[in-house]
Amino acid sequence: MLTYIARRVLYSFPVLVLSSFLSFVFVSYAGDPLARLRANPQLSAITVAHLRHTYHLDESIPVRYWFWVKDIFTHKLGVSLNTFQPIWPDIVRTLGHTAQVIIIAEVLAIILGVTVGIFSAIKQYSIFDYLFTSVSFLGFAMPTFWLALLLQILFVDIYLKWGVRIFYTSGLNSPHEGTWSLDRLQHIALPVMTLCIISFAIYSRYMRASMLDVINTDYVRTARAKGLPEWKVIMGHVFRNALIPIATIAALNFGGLLGGAIITESVFSLDGIGYYFVQKLGQLDLYAVMAYLLVTSVGIIFFNLVADILYGFLDPRIRYD
Amino acid sequence: MTEPVSRKPGHESEKIVAAGLEDTTVVAGLELEVRSQWSYARRRFLRHRLAMTGLILLIIVFGAGLFANFIAPYSYEQIDLNNILAPPTTFGHHFFGTDEIGRDYFSRVIYGIRTSEEVGVFVAVVSSFIGLIVGAIAGYYGGWIDNLLMRITDLVLTLPALAILLTAAALLGSGNQWRVSIILALFFWTTLARIVRGVFLSLREKEYVEAAKAAGSGDARIMFRHILPNTLGPIIVNGTLAVATAILVEAALSFLGFGIKPPTPSLGSLVVSGQTNPQKWWLTIFPGLTIVLIVLCINFIGDGLRDALDPTQRRIRA
Repeated sequence: MLTYIARRVLYSFPVLVLSSFLSFVFVSYAGDPLARLRANPQLSAITVAHLRHTYHLDESIPVRYWFWVKDIFTHKLGVSLNTFQPIWPDIVRTLGHTAQVIIIAEVLAIILGVTVGIFSAIKQYSIFDYLFTSVSFLGFAMPTFWLALLLQILFVDIYLKWGVRIFYTSGLNSPHEGTWSLDRLQHIALPVMTLCIISFAIYSRYMRASMLDVINTDYVRTARAKGLPEWKVIMGHVFRNALIPIATIAALNFGGLLGGAIITESVFSLDGIGYYFVQKLGQLDLYAVMAYLLVTSVGIIFFNLVADILYGFLDPRIRYD
Repeated sequence: MTEPVSRKPGHESEKIVAAGLEDTTVVAGLELEVRSQWSYARRRFLRHRLAMTGLILLIIVFGAGLFANFIAPYSYEQIDLNNILAPPTTFGHHFFGTDEIGRDYFSRVIYGIRTSEEVGVFVAVVSSFIGLIVGAIAGYYGGWIDNLLMRITDLVLTLPALAILLTAAALLGSGNQWRVSIILALFFWTTLARIVRGVFLSLREKEYVEAAKAAGSGDARIMFRHILPNTLGPIIVNGTLAVATAILVEAALSFLGFGIKPPTPSLGSLVVSGQTNPQKWWLTIFPGLTIVLIVLCINFIGDGLRDALDPTQRRIRA
């Protein structure tokens, strides 16, 4: 097991180097990050040239890449080319906000999805099953940005019509409110709801399919044959085994969301890492974009590994060597 | 391809008739139609109610997009200054209302469907082709080629997909739908490559492949003539679902401003005008609902195709 983990970790390094180099080339070719400064009449050409030199923009791309790699370790991911501020504090702050939103959303989605999946499987082809099957099909077909926008418009309308502020529709906080306050909850409720609905569709489908797979196995027939009450069969034999694939999917989903709540955060102007990325990409802020890609790639690789380990741990039939 | 004995079609049946014998199944009063594997699949598909509903709806929606020039009452750029942000009406022919500079929204949605279907079909075809070639080579040859190709596949799979797509769009200068499609296609082939590789890996050990080898067939012939037909089921299913995914991702890219740029109307960028005018519900509802409808139909068709083409993968009815 340990050798397996070690090999996976070692293997992920060339992947990271290759993928980060490719993205580095992509973003570098996309345009000049200092174009905005050049257009500023108050900055002389010499100043801009000096900045170009300071941030190694006058070097060839492989050399710049090398400087960037050095910056990761010596300067904590370097400095933004737009604000000339260090990137690391921004990443930490936005990642914290994103984590707050996705942890709440995922936990809710798992609880709801698993519950609905169990009942859909037990009462297969009932009205309940058909209802939630339709809901999850809709969830799969619905573009995230559209769902987010619908929720936003709905609550804007409620506010304009009746003057009741149930949830805020953009931003993260009202002024002078803390991280753990009712105000924060009112702000992140809609992003949480959006992510929760999308993830719920996934979890409830997988849980249902997984339950049905297990229900048809021999050991469940045995459990019934030896006279166990039905709830014991379901909870003790079916449910526990059906959860195994859900654990992996949750880990993968979590890794994906860590960098992938881009759309939801953009719609709600939430100060999370995805929104940060989209803004920086629009400004062609090379080092900030690279920082984001690196952090999220590491996140995804880490959670992929967690998913694999979890799978081997929960299901003794799987052996890694 | 030189066979020693040339066989005429119908040769054997002629012999039977000549011998005064009749088809045994007809004699027994049973009519057994000879059906190919494909006709079985077709029957299974035609009986799949959801898939057929999806197919009919999709034909209507995609047909509207395909013949947008004839169906749309206006051009997608034509400005009607008397009707700015007009709500939907049946009179005056603004079925879906108008946007913030008075362009007919119905026409724009119809042309948006055309853009979406161009992107979806292009991405599905190109990415299936790449995935097929990569998967076939990796699975058939195995060894270091397999290792290398699968590591590349892993690389694409472990990246933050949307972020990389956005970055690529920023580089390649998004704008027109073909550029966006090429970017998407270059990211979409990995799923199919894995599926095809798996099938090739198991089928290359089969007797008929050995027989083909013994008969002197080359690698390309064995791969595409003998093994490929067995992977067509998964390829078709995966390709169908790729159309839906491509349409969803394109819409998201365009919504974020990194995909298709105006003046080309795309369903994703149409929703943006709904975001800037949240009070005008029709600007959000119609393009969004169209995307949902298209994707829903394609998913149903994909499910139906899977049930029809892949009897081994007996899914419990969804």
